[in-house]
Amino acid sequence: MPQPEVRRSIKRSAVSDQQRRRELALLRQTQQRSDSQNRARRLASSVFTLSSSSSSDLILPDKGILTRAADSEEHEAHLDESVAPARELNVVQASKLKGREARQWFARQLMLPEWMIDIPPKLDRDWYVFARPAGNRCFVVSSNGTTISRLRNGSVLHHFPSSLPNGSRTRDSSGPASSYCVLDCIFHEPDQTYYVIDMVCWRDYSLYDCTAEFRFFWLNSKLAESGACNSPSTYHRYRFSVVPIYDCNQAGLHAAYSTSMPYTKDGLLFFNKHAHYQTGNTPLALVWKDNFCSQYFLDTDSQGLVPTQQQVVLEMQEDGKLTTSDDPPVEFGSLEVDFIQKSEFRAGNLLRFAIKDESVRVVDGKLEIGDLQFISKSNRARAFADSYSKVFFQYAARHSPLKIEDIAASILPNLPDDSPIVDVEMGS
Amino acid sequence: MEVTQILLNAQAVDAAVRKHAEESLKQFEEQNLPVFLLSLSNELANHEKPVDSRKLAGLILKNALDSKEQLRKTELVQRWLSLDVSVKSQVKSCLLQTLSSPVPDARSTASQVIAKIAGIELPQKQWPELITSLLSNIHQLQPHVKQATLETLGYICEEVSPQVVDQDQVNKILTAVVQGMNASEGSADVRLAATRALYNALGFSQTNFSNDMERDYIMRVVCEATLSPDVKIRQAAFECLVAISSTYYDKLASYMQDIFNITSKAVREDEEPVGLQAIEFWSSICDEEIDILDEYGGDFTADSDVPCYYFIKQALPALVPMLLETLLKQEEDQDQDEGAWNLAMAGGTCLGLVARTVGDDIVPLVMPFIQENITKPEWRQREAATYAFGSILEGPSPDKLIPVVNVALNFMLTALMKDPNNHVKDTTAWTLGRIFEFLHGSTLETSVITNENCQQILTVLLQSMKDVPNVAEKACGALYFLAQGYEDSPGSPLSPYFQDIIQSLLNVTHRDDAGESRLRTAAYETLNEVVRTSTDETAPVVTQLLPVIMLELHQTLETQKLSSDDREKQNELQGLLCGCLQVIIQKLGASETTKYAFMQYADQIMELFLRVFACRNATVHEEAMLAIGAVAYAVGGNFLKYMQGFYPYLEMGLQNFQEYQVCAITVGVVGDLCRALEEKILPYCDGIMTQLLKNLSSSQLHRSVKPPIFSCLGDIALAIGENFEKYLIYSMPMLQSAAELSSHAVATDNEMLDYANQLRNGILEAYSGILQGFKNCPKAQLLVPYVPHILQFLDKLYNEKDMDDAVMKTAVGVLGDLADTLGTHASTLMNQSVASIEFLEECLSSDDPSIKESAEWAKMAISRAVSV
Repeated sequence: MPQPEVRRSIKRSAVSDQQRRRELALLRQTQQRSDSQNRARRLASSVFTLSSSSSSDLILPDKGILTRAADSEEHEAHLDESVAPARELNVVQASKLKGREARQWFARQLMLPEWMIDIPPKLDRDWYVFARPAGNRCFVVSSNGTTISRLRNGSVLHHFPSSLPNGSRTRDSSGPASSYCVLDCIFHEPDQTYYVIDMVCWRDYSLYDCTAEFRFFWLNSKLAESGACNSPSTYHRYRFSVVPIYDCNQAGLHAAYSTSMPYTKDGLLFFNKHAHYQTGNTPLALVWKDNFCSQYFLDTDSQGLVPTQQQVVLEMQEDGKLTTSDDPPVEFGSLEVDFIQKSEFRAGNLLRFAIKDESVRVVDGKLEIGDLQFISKSNRARAFADSYSKVFFQYAARHSPLKIEDIAASILPNLPDDSPIVDVEMGS
Repeated sequence: MEVTQILLNAQAVDAAVRKHAEESLKQFEEQNLPVFLLSLSNELANHEKPVDSRKLAGLILKNALDSKEQLRKTELVQRWLSLDVSVKSQVKSCLLQTLSSPVPDARSTASQVIAKIAGIELPQKQWPELITSLLSNIHQLQPHVKQATLETLGYICEEVSPQVVDQDQVNKILTAVVQGMNASEGSADVRLAATRALYNALGFSQTNFSNDMERDYIMRVVCEATLSPDVKIRQAAFECLVAISSTYYDKLASYMQDIFNITSKAVREDEEPVGLQAIEFWSSICDEEIDILDEYGGDFTADSDVPCYYFIKQALPALVPMLLETLLKQEEDQDQDEGAWNLAMAGGTCLGLVARTVGDDIVPLVMPFIQENITKPEWRQREAATYAFGSILEGPSPDKLIPVVNVALNFMLTALMKDPNNHVKDTTAWTLGRIFEFLHGSTLETSVITNENCQQILTVLLQSMKDVPNVAEKACGALYFLAQGYEDSPGSPLSPYFQDIIQSLLNVTHRDDAGESRLRTAAYETLNEVVRTSTDETAPVVTQLLPVIMLELHQTLETQKLSSDDREKQNELQGLLCGCLQVIIQKLGASETTKYAFMQYADQIMELFLRVFACRNATVHEEAMLAIGAVAYAVGGNFLKYMQGFYPYLEMGLQNFQEYQVCAITVGVVGDLCRALEEKILPYCDGIMTQLLKNLSSSQLHRSVKPPIFSCLGDIALAIGENFEKYLIYSMPMLQSAAELSSHAVATDNEMLDYANQLRNGILEAYSGILQGFKNCPKAQLLVPYVPHILQFLDKLYNEKDMDDAVMKTAVGVLGDLADTLGTHASTLMNQSVASIEFLEECLSSDDPSIKESAEWAKMAISRAVSV
């Protein structure tokens, strides 16, 4: 018969160090397997593609010259001409870029909404709306224990510690030291707050290919968790905040337009729910303004005043054509060869013009400008020419603006699906 | 030559004769199995044959029916089942006939063989008349036949599972067995056989134990048997009580008072083997209650299958004094004897279990005994008091113990230095170790160790490490736990003495008597722990230790021409040294600054390890293998230069089915290599994959190695990316069938469920690795045909509701990997699977952060795939 199992004496340890060594080795292996699995999962998804029309290789000038030259007006002209080639950089690599190179890279990372010149169909079903906080649009990257915000043109706005993942040098247990995140924000001066209007990467996971619906869901659930919405402290210099985002139905539109927000409004932003985060101009995100919800309904000139005549900033091409920043660019006129030679402008220069109202025509829904009057080279902080939609919106704003009532009218309640939109008289 | 002579020759003193006879038997078996079996059974049954040939005939028969090796066993079972019916019935009839032989050895051998055949045939519903025929006229049998019959029934119960026997037959067996145990049974042999048979039959008695009358009867007979005049019967009866205590814990309430009286009398008055079993009864009750209370998890309203009856708590006032008495019954030299087991040791062990069961309540019951005895001139009293103290240190709350320990600590340190008795010092050092293990460390609010007393403790321990081997070994153990308490604490007060500690431990390993009382092993283990707890500050000392241990390993390789005894010692020492190197390498490799210090030794270390492997012919040194994993982790891609030299041993390790731990560790090392070498491992993958796939399909390999092999497939795929293509056609079907198996596994018990979950986890990790490996490759489409099955597997797992957290995390990750790598190909199919979506939602709201994280990743990947 079997002997009953012999009990181990309490004085003889049941745990052997060999077993412990095995277990520790196993633990290390499990950890590393999980690490490499996570690396793989994040790998492709954290790579941004720098797409560009130019395929020429970027030849970097000597670094020393580059840094000094970057500040000179002359070199500024090169900024948009030496378009970055299609190459992949992730944000961690990009954050190591310096000076002009960095500005150039970051200037191309933002999604730029078109101006709303007509109302997209199914606004109530497929779109979100929210009040845009007044302030500078910027791209906020936390990585390597620090946080950097960069303006639309790529230049640094703030360099600060934050509670975003890996956004400060605290012994924070959340996530690996290499972790980073990227946010699309508006910095609102009066309350010194970064209002986050989109989430691009979070803890190494890229959200570029996610729908706006998902990005906003993620933004709302993650940002507060990180502590970034807390009041400022030593390791968290600026507060971050989300903005209330509404489905673009009657109620949502009304709330975004009329409700008072903790921030000064500067128009409304409309985001298509199904659209991915796309760098550059996109018709799937739209900006709209009027005098009620924005102090900047009509564009201002370099002195901050509304000029009597509408002004536009266009980019000069090799052949002297003056184009918008769209892809493909829209041509609004061209410069005479003599004038170019006299002025020593180069291709890629951004030039400011005034428009004579009477020279403008709308043909088949397209805006055509008959007469551009040169004013000056544009402020060198600018990275891009105006977009076609902006020019059009500003023109309309001066003549027959798209009103909030028009937008509201397009999103009637209880509109049966698939029924064509019919004209209905509102409030008359 | 006739069979009798061959069987006798097979036991001859002359090796040549013996060998020849063994070969003849083997030939006989191979050439004509039926005749072979018949001759053996006839030999066993034949009263005129010598007892030695009969016994061996029975033994060979038994070996022809069963084997410890699973594969061989299956073969033998098939072989027996396919024999001609008439042959089998002749063999069986001979065996049954032998049960009435006057020769005890013949009867006993026949009993065992009958049980083996029953073990094969009863599950096949064959030999249905066996039990009835054994029991038919048991009352009329002569005592020796009755004894053999009961013994046979006992063996049968041991051999077959309870499901195979009808309740009706179980009733008959139990009736016969319990009647045989009854005091009215005249023959002591019959009573003993019946009592031992009951031990095996207890597993069959579920129904009978649920019936009050039947249970009362069985319990009364067992309790009476503990009072039998025959010591063997008393011991066997207590063994039954021990088995009952764990099998029928919840049925014991009404017997506990009686059992306490019986056991207490046995512990105090009976012979040692009986007393030991009586103590074991209480230890076993503790085991049960500790398990039950563990399941409650501190929450007394929680459901548990079995309620806790708090038998120990109730018995405490009487139980503790009884156990304390046993502590005074030490044997001289018990501390030098590894296998010693006596009343004092069993009593202390039980006291320790009681403390874990009842916690704080034990302290006031034991303290007076300690106070009264600890200063007595008689060593037995001092040792017993110390032992009692050491035993109760696990269980009661630190709040209760710390004040006591604070008072006792100085006394203990002095005793370890000054007590004239070796046993007292041994137990004192052990008690200090227990104090450090349970009342010191970063998890406690207050530790008994302060920066002030730390130095004194250390001085005493280092001094004590020069004491006799058994005391020095315990001092090493105490130092082990002292160091362990400083794991993860940057400002360890041991740092200033780090060099001294290491030197003292090295000195211990060099003692001439370090082979006694496993002293050398203890010293190396403590050295390992000290290295693990080293800090940035002490890292240079660890770096200096590396070449010292390397030199020691080198020296073991220089000694030539060893006796087999010496060779074994050399192996053991190499194991300890490789283990120590593993710990050092892992420590140095984990930080960038120290990794550099290690790198300069990497070449030499690898050369040493390869030489260690070369010392042994077939078996790979487990410790060296573990250490090589640590090297790969530290040197990364540079490991490539060692691959050619190492590869043969890697393959050997993967082929080592016998020592499955070695195989498992080698599989882990393959994973390390994948991560270190990445795509550079490709040239070796054909060989590795062949071996891994072979292992997976082998029925000989211990099952615990299979889950890590699946995970390893994932490691390889992740490392070599789309080059894994050529292995897909082999590995995917294997993963599929294993997935099938693991999701259908009706997990009857926790152990099966654990295994099923390990298997599932391995399979899912393989899928993850393969999917991620193919990401962004055009060849990813090759995986599309496998998607439906993977999703089905995930659906099944979700529906079964029995996966553990680890599986849940991996499973939801695979959902994300499918979407990440295959985009719309996967997401379209996923939309049709309700479970996937629900599963994802469930994981997103999980409390476990790692599951949640995995689920968030999956949600993101799916959302990307859907919106493409």
